[in-house]
Amino acid sequence: MKVKSMRLAMSGLALSCFAAFGAHAAEPKELFFYNWTDYYPVDLLAKFEKETGIKVTMDGYDSNETLLAKLQAGGAAYDVIVPSQSIMQTLIKQDLLMEIDTPSLSNFQYVKGPFRDPSFDPGRKFSAPYLWGTTGFSYDSARVPGGKLDDSWKEFFEPRKELQGQLAALDTSSSVINAASHYLNVDECSENPQDAKRILELLQKQKPFLKMYSSDNTVDRMASGEVIMMQNWNGSTARATLQKSTIKYVYPREGLAMFQDNFAVPKSAPHPGNAKIFIDWMMKPENAAAVSNAIAYANGIQSDQLLDPKWKVMDAINMPDEYASRLRPEKECSNKARELQDRIWSKLKG
Amino acid sequence: MSVSSTSPALNRALLLSPVVLTLLALIAIPLGIMGYISLLPRNTYGGVDWQAQWQLQSYVQLFFQEGFDGELELNWVYAQALLRSVLQAGGTTVLCFLFGFPVALWMSSLTPRRRNLMVLLITIPFWTNLLIRNYAWLIILREHGWVAQSLNALLPSAGGITLLYNDFAVSVGLVYSFLPFMILPIYSTLEKLDWRLVEAAYDLGANRWHALRRIILPLSMPGVIAGALLVFVPSLGAFITPAILGGGKTLMIGNLIQQQFGTARNWPLGSSLSFLLLAILLVSLVLYALYSRRAAKTINRGAKA
Repeated sequence: MKVKSMRLAMSGLALSCFAAFGAHAAEPKELFFYNWTDYYPVDLLAKFEKETGIKVTMDGYDSNETLLAKLQAGGAAYDVIVPSQSIMQTLIKQDLLMEIDTPSLSNFQYVKGPFRDPSFDPGRKFSAPYLWGTTGFSYDSARVPGGKLDDSWKEFFEPRKELQGQLAALDTSSSVINAASHYLNVDECSENPQDAKRILELLQKQKPFLKMYSSDNTVDRMASGEVIMMQNWNGSTARATLQKSTIKYVYPREGLAMFQDNFAVPKSAPHPGNAKIFIDWMMKPENAAAVSNAIAYANGIQSDQLLDPKWKVMDAINMPDEYASRLRPEKECSNKARELQDRIWSKLKG
Repeated sequence: MSVSSTSPALNRALLLSPVVLTLLALIAIPLGIMGYISLLPRNTYGGVDWQAQWQLQSYVQLFFQEGFDGELELNWVYAQALLRSVLQAGGTTVLCFLFGFPVALWMSSLTPRRRNLMVLLITIPFWTNLLIRNYAWLIILREHGWVAQSLNALLPSAGGITLLYNDFAVSVGLVYSFLPFMILPIYSTLEKLDWRLVEAAYDLGANRWHALRRIILPLSMPGVIAGALLVFVPSLGAFITPAILGGGKTLMIGNLIQQQFGTARNWPLGSSLSFLLLAILLVSLVLYALYSRRAAKTINRGAKA
């Protein structure tokens, strides 16, 4: 009798190992922040923790698709995420975001006009503005012949002899294909296979001249001189310029992609209350400026007067007005266009 | 009710239940889900349409693809990536064996105290994350690093050797990452080796090379095979090392699968690719099983003779 009940107890114990521990307490003072890697100054989290008592755990991702896949797979317990404009509609339509009604937060008053009512989130029901930037290319003027490159994607896709083997492209299919589309003057979201063919041919011709495809360590790669030219983001270029003053950023005249990133709260967030506190806190001009000063991307908050003078002098951050017409906001492509892009990328790398 | 009255079958079932449930929860169910996904059509925003009819499209896609001109063409991209991964994994296994076997042999000749110290030393790299170890190699091998600098200083005629962002760098990274998986199983068979057999070989006139080839190597074969599997299987699916050290210019099967679940938002294709990979691994495991059965027979026959 005794032995048997022991046995039953043992197997019961084994079974209970599979049961989830579901109990939830009232929102504890913690926050899970899922952000692009290297896209937030860590010291600012300490300030947030000191002012609110909420402890933040930050985790990083490298593309909107990684974020989407994580959220779709379910079970990811993040409170604040940073989706780009090009994926906001997908997230909203897929019912993955929680409505936070950002205009009701007290610091929304500081949000700049153009960022208050964007087309990807009308009325800012689901998101608050974070940073924005562009994807052009950067080069070291000390190491190119004549010290200057033309402001055209041609320099990047059909590099001069001296630069061949000394350049890098981002390892993100959408960034590379966007740039190639702008250079060839075709729609970034083209569903025409012939366009895809032209893009692939251009990229295949460029590939032997590339040292690598990589989206990591972009600041260090330029600053250490590992490459002379690379497809790059403006903020990353500016940070490299601080370390090596001869680095320049190019706004190609054929057009360049502009991205705008936003704070949002996933529907599955375990601490939505804390998430709102964080988002409101980030819209305070001093905190928004602290981010821009640390990682060199412009924000959507009225905080320009707080911007560090070292950035104000750089073209990469303080874009000259005549380039405004070259910016192409990133689009959200159809499935058909996406499939073509995937085929371009697989064939390119295959 | 007494103990004897419980049926042995029920007892067995109860005692086995933790194992069975674990296997079911950790292997059968996830694999089942993956197989199910591979048979469904993809959704507009990633994910799959769970209600749809089953279809084999994602498996057809593995080998055929609509070309940019609209015709269905044989698609070598995935097969190439697979072949490249198999070759890379095979090469890694061979290199791990070449480096690992002598180390294991040497370790087995040490005093027990020192042996334990060596085992500890070999496992120390595992205390650090794989990603960090790969980045360490990035720093060691890079153009302005001391290895490349001194190589180029020694061999100026080679005209600027680059060590990074090529297959060499990927091999270094993979061999470094998986070498302990080769050393430890070989060491554990060599440790139990009856060295009197080697002495007997010497007595019968074998030189060192013969003793190694005819006695030590065959007797350590179970360890070598286990090590080879432990190295081959993970390096076949490796995608971090090729991405970091290979410069992202070529796709390995692991990168391809990751891409399907990420940017491409094509879960069914990702699942069917995973199944293809799994099939190849199964084949290699079956070959191993056949080998060990044959080996067992040979030993039996040897014992009878």
